[in-house]
Amino acid sequence: MATEARITRHPVLPPLSDNWVKFTFNGREMIGRKGEMVSSAVFAGGEHVFGHHHKDGGPQGLFCANGQCSQCTLIIDGIPLKSCIIPLEEGMVVQSVEGLPSLGDIDPPEVKAPERLETDVLIIGAGPSGISAAMELGRSGYRVVLVDDKDRLGGKLVLQTHKFFGSEQDCRAGVRGTEIASIIAGELKEFQSVDVWLESVVLAVFSDGTLGVRRPDGYKIVKPRQLLVAAGAREKSLPFPGCTLPGVYGAGAFQTLVNRDQIRCSERVFVLGGGNVGLIGAYHAIQAGMTVVGLAEGMDRCGGYKVHADKIARLGVPIYTRHTVLAAHGRESIESVTISAVDENFKPIPGTEKNFKVDTLLVAVGLSSVNEFHAKAVEFGIPSMLTGDSEEIAEASAAMFSGKICGRKIANSLRGETVEIPADWLEKAEVLKSPGGAVSEYRESKQHEGVFPVIHCLQEIPCNPCMTICPKGLIITSGHPVKGLPQYSGGCIGCRKCVAICPGLAITLVDYRKKSEFPTVTVPWELGDWVVEKGQTVTVTEWEGETIGTGTVISLKAAPGFPSTMLLDLEVHRSIANRVAGVRVQKSEVTAPEKTVPELPVADSAIVCRCERVTAGEIRQLLREGVRDMNELKARSRAGFGACGGKTCEILIPRIIRSEGIDPDEITDFTKRPLFAETRLGIFCGREEDE
Amino acid sequence: MMHEVIVIGAGSIGTPVAMSLAERGVKVLVLDSGMSSGQGNNKCAIGGIRATHSDPAKVALSLHSLKTFSTWKQTHGDDIGWFMGGYTFVSYSEEISRSLKSIIPAQQKAGLNISWRSAEEIAEKVPGINRRGLLGGTFSPEDGSASPMESSYAFYRQAVRKGADFHFGETVKSVKSGDVFTVVTEKASYSAEKVINCAGSYAREVGAMVGVDLPVYPDMHEAGITEPVLRFFNPMVVDISRSEGSANYYFYQYSTGQVVFCITPDPPLQGKGREETSVFLPQVAARMVKLYPRLANLKVRRTWRGCYPQTPDGTPIIGQVGPEGFYAAVGMCGQGFMLGPGVGEVVARLVTGESTEEDTMVLNSMRLDRTFAGTEALK
Repeated sequence: MATEARITRHPVLPPLSDNWVKFTFNGREMIGRKGEMVSSAVFAGGEHVFGHHHKDGGPQGLFCANGQCSQCTLIIDGIPLKSCIIPLEEGMVVQSVEGLPSLGDIDPPEVKAPERLETDVLIIGAGPSGISAAMELGRSGYRVVLVDDKDRLGGKLVLQTHKFFGSEQDCRAGVRGTEIASIIAGELKEFQSVDVWLESVVLAVFSDGTLGVRRPDGYKIVKPRQLLVAAGAREKSLPFPGCTLPGVYGAGAFQTLVNRDQIRCSERVFVLGGGNVGLIGAYHAIQAGMTVVGLAEGMDRCGGYKVHADKIARLGVPIYTRHTVLAAHGRESIESVTISAVDENFKPIPGTEKNFKVDTLLVAVGLSSVNEFHAKAVEFGIPSMLTGDSEEIAEASAAMFSGKICGRKIANSLRGETVEIPADWLEKAEVLKSPGGAVSEYRESKQHEGVFPVIHCLQEIPCNPCMTICPKGLIITSGHPVKGLPQYSGGCIGCRKCVAICPGLAITLVDYRKKSEFPTVTVPWELGDWVVEKGQTVTVTEWEGETIGTGTVISLKAAPGFPSTMLLDLEVHRSIANRVAGVRVQKSEVTAPEKTVPELPVADSAIVCRCERVTAGEIRQLLREGVRDMNELKARSRAGFGACGGKTCEILIPRIIRSEGIDPDEITDFTKRPLFAETRLGIFCGREEDE
Repeated sequence: MMHEVIVIGAGSIGTPVAMSLAERGVKVLVLDSGMSSGQGNNKCAIGGIRATHSDPAKVALSLHSLKTFSTWKQTHGDDIGWFMGGYTFVSYSEEISRSLKSIIPAQQKAGLNISWRSAEEIAEKVPGINRRGLLGGTFSPEDGSASPMESSYAFYRQAVRKGADFHFGETVKSVKSGDVFTVVTEKASYSAEKVINCAGSYAREVGAMVGVDLPVYPDMHEAGITEPVLRFFNPMVVDISRSEGSANYYFYQYSTGQVVFCITPDPPLQGKGREETSVFLPQVAARMVKLYPRLANLKVRRTWRGCYPQTPDGTPIIGQVGPEGFYAAVGMCGQGFMLGPGVGEVVARLVTGESTEEDTMVLNSMRLDRTFAGTEALK
């Protein structure tokens, strides 16, 4: 009974439940999955506009899908709530927020005092680092309260349909994030002393050594001996005119809609940002059957792993390096996006504008650590540590390691003795954090007989499952055992395991044994068996996406032992076989820019504070008046006073300060106050969250 | 550098004092350890402005203040969030009704528009208020509210326009009297004929620099603000009844829709701390939701803590203290924001020798050499 805007088949994700319930949105009847987030159900019903702002009537929509920003607020059964964290129930009456909402008049709860409790360690965030730390502490028998605001364990792992990098032995390289999430969630159950609080939000760190936590069954005040902040990261954004239009959102929000809730939220996507998050977001969009019309990156090359960039380039996504987004256009939601080339100072170059028709713009311009709980704890003298992305932005593989180390360190400090942390743990944690290194020169294999792998992975990254999976040990890494480039040394038996496990989809197998004129090239395939069929002629590309000819599909079969991975056998002429790295699925017509570029709004009309709709121009004006205390800037512009508590604009305002040539030393930061997430007053005196 | 007057503190009192002096052409320098105006307790004020006091001197100061706040936008153009929603002190006990009613005649005599209203009338003004046991309350329609922060910056800008100098990020380390005063900060040394102590929580420390003991002891209060919603009630609601752990509490809906609230711990918590505690929200929520159930659905956005620089009798200390030319405008007992513009005018006239008859009445009841034996009924 799925509606149109849902993903009905996905190459990696298993189908979701079939428990459908009815609800209404602005009086219109809709159908959604019971328990999915209200925002997702509304999206599936085809509505992307969640209301209009009281200040200027600007349309509002989903932005972070992560319970942070409040842009998704809807009136649910009479109460304005963040719809991205409210599970859908039968019969819900959902309305858009038009201007200021009116306050619902609902029966009061019975007033009671919140429960106070103590624990050894409170961990904020049940993602890869938090779970790893909890297990390490659980192993030592410490009482742990592991808090997460989502309804399931795993943090962002549950959105990761791609295979992980790193090494098999240390961090399950080659396994998909979604699978890792369920594996470690299962392992965690064995630790009796770890108490998992899901759908629970840490609201404040208090000077009396306690933390306030909103749990579905009410407000709790927890006093831990030690705090561990494993809350991950939030996405940065970029102010450009139209950046608040519905349809412009972070890659994390997109992955939540598409990979967690399987919503077909877009048809045509543009991605801003060539880091791993943006590259993977583009890949996920194609997996979900959407068109990615392009990706813009400000630097000379994508900052993410080259294998990720090559992977999407091969599928036919144009990558515009040294480009930025100038504006998103649209009235109620994004209709097109204009990009332009930038000069060496990142200033747009007039005349280089291109406009693309899109319904979605993913903004993936980096992450910033969620570390405000730690800052408050330090201020109040509560022993606290950071781990995972809260400490340093890196891959989930690294986060699992740093969580483990942190868990061990805390266990040591609680015990008051020092049990050494293995030196190789520390080393591995560092290795797994490594960004992509230099790219080596491509050298075509001259072999035209037998069977052998071709490794299209020429950038040093912390990843080596191809080496450990080869039953004959024929792939070795040169230099560093994890980071070094993999090299094949001869003797291949054609088992194809290296093709199946490579997280970068960067290994092919070429087999000349049957037909030396038209050898078989095996490429990894993660787009489902409905995209190509046997006998079809497909366009093949070399490693970086350049079209080099065509091939014929011989077979497409599941790779045994590698869930959701398929191997595509192509018959290709020997002249190109060794260079074939992938199949193009997007034709160049669908990714071509429009013929004309619409008139561009003034850059300073970009909204910096999306809660209070404060523009870059307003901030600039106050800076030019001489305002240097961010507390004054906030009071006078209202930037940062909104529902999100300044989580977005506090990252954007410093950019404007820099662009005004103001010395950062002249600036006084604004004072941070709780709550970290808006919470109904009644919760503090006994109301339960779902009442 | 020589100034006629140095004001210590750019807060609820110091900034309007400087503004009033500058408007009279006095060359004034303001020193503050914060980085902009109002970064001490001013920004912690919740923004209520009332003339509903029991002490005629305070009523007089407040009526001046009210005039400044209510006409600011017309006169100066800045929106400081003024909203005339009135104040209601509600009663659920005969004892509180008696106490509130007993001071009405004096308040009216001091020029205040205030009267006793029935439970029905209060319920009309605060739709959805708990009617069980509600006996009525006072209502003073001309009281209101404004944004402490925006007001402070507006007063600051006006002071600067009129020639006042502000030096931020400087903490006063010593004040020496002599032919002229020498005020030393970590960055510089300044001279002036007169010095005014407007140091809020630090009034006592600054007084001690010239050998004056100012009985000002801050205690700590927490406050919060919610999300904005469409207006659903107008007045500041004050409940002066006691409950375990707390004395009175009060809340109102700000001009742009947020509800701002505060509670008074009982017994008071002495100190200058600005850190949030886990006690506040459960305590204030329980009382507010009992009184006004629909508030349970309103989302709390932010909480903070500030200090009430208290005096033993709940009345400020204003006037010449210690060496000739040294003045204090301190001990506002948590009412610095609402009293500020009125105090600014009275102090500016005192310093320039232009005190009016009413000023003399005010200054007489707020002088340092009093017994501090009385208590203000509506602290």
